[in-house]
Amino acid sequence: MSATTTRVRAIYRKELREYRRNGSIVSTMAAIPLALVVFPLILVIALPPSAASSLHGDPLVILLGIPALIPSIVATYAVVGERVQGTLEPLLTTAIRREELLLGKALAALVPSLAIAYATYAGFLLCTELFAQPAVTAAVVQWPYVVAQVVFTPLIITLSIWVGIAISTRCSDVRVAQQLGTLAGLPVLAVAYLVSFDVIHASTGLALGIAVVLLVLDGLGWRFVSAAFDRERLITSAR
Amino acid sequence: MTDTKRGGLALSAQNLTKRFGDRVAFEDVSFEIGYGEVFGFLGPNGAGKTTTVRTLATLIAPTSGSATVAGIALAPENGARIRQRISVMPESPGLYARLTVAENLECFAGLYALPDPRQQIDRVLRAVNLAGRADDLCGKLSKGLRQRVSLARALLNDTADVIFLDEPTSGLDPAAAREVHDLIDGFRKRGVAVFLTTHRLEEAERLCDRVALLNTTLRAVGPPDELREQLFAKTLTVRTVTPILEPDRVFGGIPAVEGWRQDGTATYLLTVSDPTVAAPHATRALAASGADVLSIAESHHSLEDVYLELIGEDTEAVPQ
Repeated sequence: MSATTTRVRAIYRKELREYRRNGSIVSTMAAIPLALVVFPLILVIALPPSAASSLHGDPLVILLGIPALIPSIVATYAVVGERVQGTLEPLLTTAIRREELLLGKALAALVPSLAIAYATYAGFLLCTELFAQPAVTAAVVQWPYVVAQVVFTPLIITLSIWVGIAISTRCSDVRVAQQLGTLAGLPVLAVAYLVSFDVIHASTGLALGIAVVLLVLDGLGWRFVSAAFDRERLITSAR
Repeated sequence: MTDTKRGGLALSAQNLTKRFGDRVAFEDVSFEIGYGEVFGFLGPNGAGKTTTVRTLATLIAPTSGSATVAGIALAPENGARIRQRISVMPESPGLYARLTVAENLECFAGLYALPDPRQQIDRVLRAVNLAGRADDLCGKLSKGLRQRVSLARALLNDTADVIFLDEPTSGLDPAAAREVHDLIDGFRKRGVAVFLTTHRLEEAERLCDRVALLNTTLRAVGPPDELREQLFAKTLTVRTVTPILEPDRVFGGIPAVEGWRQDGTATYLLTVSDPTVAAPHATRALAASGADVLSIAESHHSLEDVYLELIGEDTEAVPQ
């Protein structure tokens, strides 16, 4: 195992241990998807078969807000949390490079966010299959939309993580960072609603275009946040 | 000791300066530290000690000047290489409160990419007498125990050539402080350079081969004995039962005595060039004069005297 892999793994494991033992992080990460999934689920279950023709996987599109919002909870804590705990300085005096540190933190935010987002979709689809009218189920569970969920979720999560970490490097207060992180996730939610209400018409071309843009932004995000990670400012500026 | 350690310097700074805007943190700081040397870095709060350590540890960039750390030039591109060769124990322990002692150390063992981390963790926990507390949450430890964990973390990187210790015995009881002193002696024997920042002057006097006194600029660098000699004249203190009738006659012709003054009713301070010459002659002169001598002793100035002489009269240090 290379030194880089070992260092990234050390940060990743440390972060996951901290999440597990921080009840507020776990409960907030679980509460957001529940809050977002309840309304569409009630809507889908309550819809009569006659209304099915108006649905084209729309509720699933709304659920794309979940990957935009969940990771911001931990990503915005990533750096500012270390600062307020007083652990950033010991961390930065080790041999770790900023790219390794940020990658470790990003992976630690990605894995639980991905698991929660996919579990929420799976739960939503299962409840739809079990409790919705068959015609409604057929209208909601359309494979192109399911595939879009599977593909877009990690792309949106990754972007949300880099935005969250970027905010975290600039803030000196955890609450401010988390509020800004939530605000930063709202544009994705807004786009999801616009697609859902057919203001933006969903098409394969649009999906592919957005996927490519997200992929590029995800790649650039790591470089951008690494470049913006200024050890001196983080250590010397007031907490 | 490695070949690198036999040659060269562990740490050197030439005219190192750090400013934050108009504020000077430290200025024109120059010193050299050899491998196996314990170097004390002393100064009042706000003197620039912590900023100097952070600069040498590559956390912040100097405004001007140059330095080498573990034989590597202090430059942004060398940051990771330097940090692999140093260990830093900051003033604040900075531990992950929700992780256990062992988990904290495991994280840092990974960051140094140490082979066989479990063995290394056991080693450092034994070194700081915390082997039985490995599974305790750091957030539940006392201040002194957290300080020990912080020290254990600094000991993890056993390839370090330079170790920076910022107030390592702060919050420790005397027995634990003694153990830390023994660890520092161990570093010296292993050829590791120790950069010790402390307010405990008796600790610096006991442990350090050389000390530097900083108050934004360096006021003095040298072995404690040498600084004492530079600053203070050697003196003999003579105490008698009753005042000497003609002290001028008694002390006037004694070899190596350069002057004298009375300090109280029956105490005399003799300024001497060499106490080993002056003391026997003074004893004989006092006996010949019929003086009832209580004691003749060489006066010792502590490092605290040196510190107060050099720093004490300064105006208030620049706040950090």
